[in-house]
Amino acid sequence: MNSWITSNVWLIPATPIVAGLLILGFGKHARLAGAGVAVLGQIAALTMSIFAFAPTLHVHGFRGVQNFTWFTFGEQSLRLGFVLDPLAAAMMLMITLVGLCIFVFSVGYMAEDKNFSRFFAYLSFFSGAMLGVVVANSLLLLFIFWELVGLASYLLIGFWIERPSAAAAAKKAFITTRIGDMGFFLGILWLYHQSGTLLFYDAGRGCLENAGLAALGGTATFIALLIFCGAVGKSGQFPLHVWLPDAMEGPTPVSALIHAATMVAAGVFLVARVYPIFAIGAVNGVTPSLTVVVWIGVITGLMAALIAVAQFDIKRILAYSTVSQLGLMMVSLGVGGVAAGIMHLLAHGFFKALLFLGAGSVIHGLHHEQDIRRTGGLRKLMPVTFTTYAVGMMALSGVPFFFSGGWTKEEILHATSNWPASHAPYYFLLIGVVLTALYMTRQIIYVFWGSPRGNADHAHESPNVMTIPLIVLAICAIAFSIVLTPAWPWLESYLTGHSAPFDSHLLLRPILLVSLVLVGAGFTIGVLLYRRAQDVDPVQRAQPALFRFLENKMWIDEVYDRTVIALAALAARVSDWMDRYVWDGLVRGFAAIGQFFGALTMDADEGVINAGVDETTDGARGFGRVMSRLHSGQIQTYLGALALGMIALLLFYAWLA
Amino acid sequence: MTLSIWLIVSVALFCIGLLAALSRRHAIFILIGIEMMLAAANINFIAFWRFAPQPAQPIGVMVAIFSIAIAAAEAAVGLAMVIAVYRHFHTTSVDQLDRLKG
Amino acid sequence: MNSVVFAIIAIFTLTFALAAATNPRLMHAALSFAVMFVGVAAFFFLLGAEFVGLVQIFVYVGAVAVLIVFTILLTRRDAEKDRGFNWGGVIVAIAVFAGLVWAILKTQSVSIGPPVIKALTVKQIGEALMTSYVWPLQCVGVLLTAALIGALILVLEDKRE
Repeated sequence: MNSWITSNVWLIPATPIVAGLLILGFGKHARLAGAGVAVLGQIAALTMSIFAFAPTLHVHGFRGVQNFTWFTFGEQSLRLGFVLDPLAAAMMLMITLVGLCIFVFSVGYMAEDKNFSRFFAYLSFFSGAMLGVVVANSLLLLFIFWELVGLASYLLIGFWIERPSAAAAAKKAFITTRIGDMGFFLGILWLYHQSGTLLFYDAGRGCLENAGLAALGGTATFIALLIFCGAVGKSGQFPLHVWLPDAMEGPTPVSALIHAATMVAAGVFLVARVYPIFAIGAVNGVTPSLTVVVWIGVITGLMAALIAVAQFDIKRILAYSTVSQLGLMMVSLGVGGVAAGIMHLLAHGFFKALLFLGAGSVIHGLHHEQDIRRTGGLRKLMPVTFTTYAVGMMALSGVPFFFSGGWTKEEILHATSNWPASHAPYYFLLIGVVLTALYMTRQIIYVFWGSPRGNADHAHESPNVMTIPLIVLAICAIAFSIVLTPAWPWLESYLTGHSAPFDSHLLLRPILLVSLVLVGAGFTIGVLLYRRAQDVDPVQRAQPALFRFLENKMWIDEVYDRTVIALAALAARVSDWMDRYVWDGLVRGFAAIGQFFGALTMDADEGVINAGVDETTDGARGFGRVMSRLHSGQIQTYLGALALGMIALLLFYAWLA
Repeated sequence: MTLSIWLIVSVALFCIGLLAALSRRHAIFILIGIEMMLAAANINFIAFWRFAPQPAQPIGVMVAIFSIAIAAAEAAVGLAMVIAVYRHFHTTSVDQLDRLKG
Repeated sequence: MNSVVFAIIAIFTLTFALAAATNPRLMHAALSFAVMFVGVAAFFFLLGAEFVGLVQIFVYVGAVAVLIVFTILLTRRDAEKDRGFNWGGVIVAIAVFAGLVWAILKTQSVSIGPPVIKALTVKQIGEALMTSYVWPLQCVGVLLTAALIGALILVLEDKRE
């Protein structure tokens, strides 16, 4: 079984995609069948992922590769392939497990929606595409699945097609990520040109192996930065982060799956995957491309955390939190802590999905109320949701020991503090940790404490089909921490291929103290500030200008509107003018020439030819009239003419002779 | 009696026949003229037969005989036509028979 | 051959022909026409084609001339005379006469005298008719039949209405 799955890794992405197509074939009214097929497909993918995971445990640095030739043109051939290594296996497990929980949750959340089957078809399709990104061994194949993931995201954000805001958000998401993908594709082309192959691992000739990397030479930095453009778009880093908060227009399970756990993680995954290209010629682990990655991550993390403090929509707070955490992961990758960043990615997948599903439960319970100012006191009304949400919140804030998020955040801080290039990222990250704890505290107090505002007193707990996935994810969030502790860095060693000794001393490192203090500080400030949560946010009252600046997302969308979009509109207007006056004028000119010749021909035809014909016929008629006078009808005249003619002929013959 | 004299006589008869055909108004006279012309032609044939070296068969005489027979037939038909025309148009004057005028 | 006899017969024939052509009185013209044919028959006798001359008298004088007289009788209203004379015809006739006479006189080969010939017997004519000229004979028979029938049809009155 093991060797079979390693040779057929492509089955894992294929299964959910096929399930999605099947569901589309069933039609709109086969609701139960549609959901059933989707869930079954996901379970199948999960099972296969577990089986694929197993062989990677035994061997350190396991790498199973299947390459095949897609097509040949002339003497060159285009080869694609699939790879199974620890990174891919771990990602697959997270994606399928989180996906399964979200699928089950959606059965309850989307129960009243009339496009139930279509939703599950799209979800399955997305799941398959994301798995494809993870197991691809060729940069081109990865790009293909990358674009499919983007397509699925577009379809799912704009799922409620009757809402214009959803359609606009889907369009914005697609276009913004497209800008990033343009850079990505240029990077792919350049890489192919330099190294002659797009396969990652190809028995020594792959572009991530020594020979390929050597062929890149000095262009490696630029190629890496171009590829990073794609990651910036997909993972919502500054400056292409603007689509992620708008993407909350989609249904909450979509936000959970795509915009928290998996798709946005693809950018981070990409950087981790092609890390050797970023790290060529590293001096003390620092290269120009990696430095760029770090700084963008820092800016993103801090900016998003600040904005999150001033948001009132329950999902927007979580969206900005996601952006901030992704920035954190980018920083981790940039400073060299690849394993730490991936571990945080995996943990984040679990607890962010948990938080989104919890928010979905709240929204469902309050009949689609999303403003936190109209919630409150749900602690008693929705206990299961509250408990699981609290677990997620503590994991995100980074409470150590029991919650996975805590350990991973510690690792990242640890790695950042050791960065030779600069210590500034470390300090910024510390501020970010405080802010994270602060805004999560704010949110949880607003939603679950105090007395119910608005319609919140009508809230009821969600059905089991929704709460059970919440519980499962909460357990995962806690249990995951076992393999993440620095005392037994099993996951780290699994990912990097180093050995994993158990050292209990590492449990209490100095960094642990720092993170405890910061998290505690965040909680305390949050409780103090928002203890008496009312309609008007306390910070808003104290610093209205600052609050407005943050609430409006630092006006970045408006800046883009005035510059980039205005430019595009101007180009469109110029093209329209050209089309209307220049090209159209040209066409009309040709038409006029044609018409002129037509008129000329008509005049010639009428005046010359017709008149000529008329003249000729008149002449013939006149001639005929004259000639007809010869026909007198008199017999004797004819006879006389005959006789005279005979004599004339006679004389003529005589003359001839 | 040279042949020329005979031919001149027959030509004269021919021309008188032509005169009869061209200058009289009555339809009958056209027929009379035609008969005269035919007779003149017969004289011509016989004269030539007489004055030429004799062939094996008397060709000139034969032709004359057939010519007489045919002329008779043609006269009969022509006269029948004159009667029919007279019945329809109630006139024998050829001046008035100009329906074929163009 | 006797030139005197020739001259008399020629004058006789041509005179009556002229009478037939120019006499305004219809009956007189028709009868002159018949007499003219007798003169032509005499011409034939003179030339040695007796049989043809006799046939001429039978057919022309006996049949055709009579026919013409009958037709004149059948087609007259009150016009006993033929009024109107077309002088243009005279000119044409004179022109034709002049031209043909000129042609004859110019031809040397017809200025010959009569050779001596054997007499033409009826037996010869009969033999020729039945052997060499049997097909023309039959055709003429058919022609006469057709002419007969045609003439009858032409003068048949419409009995339809």
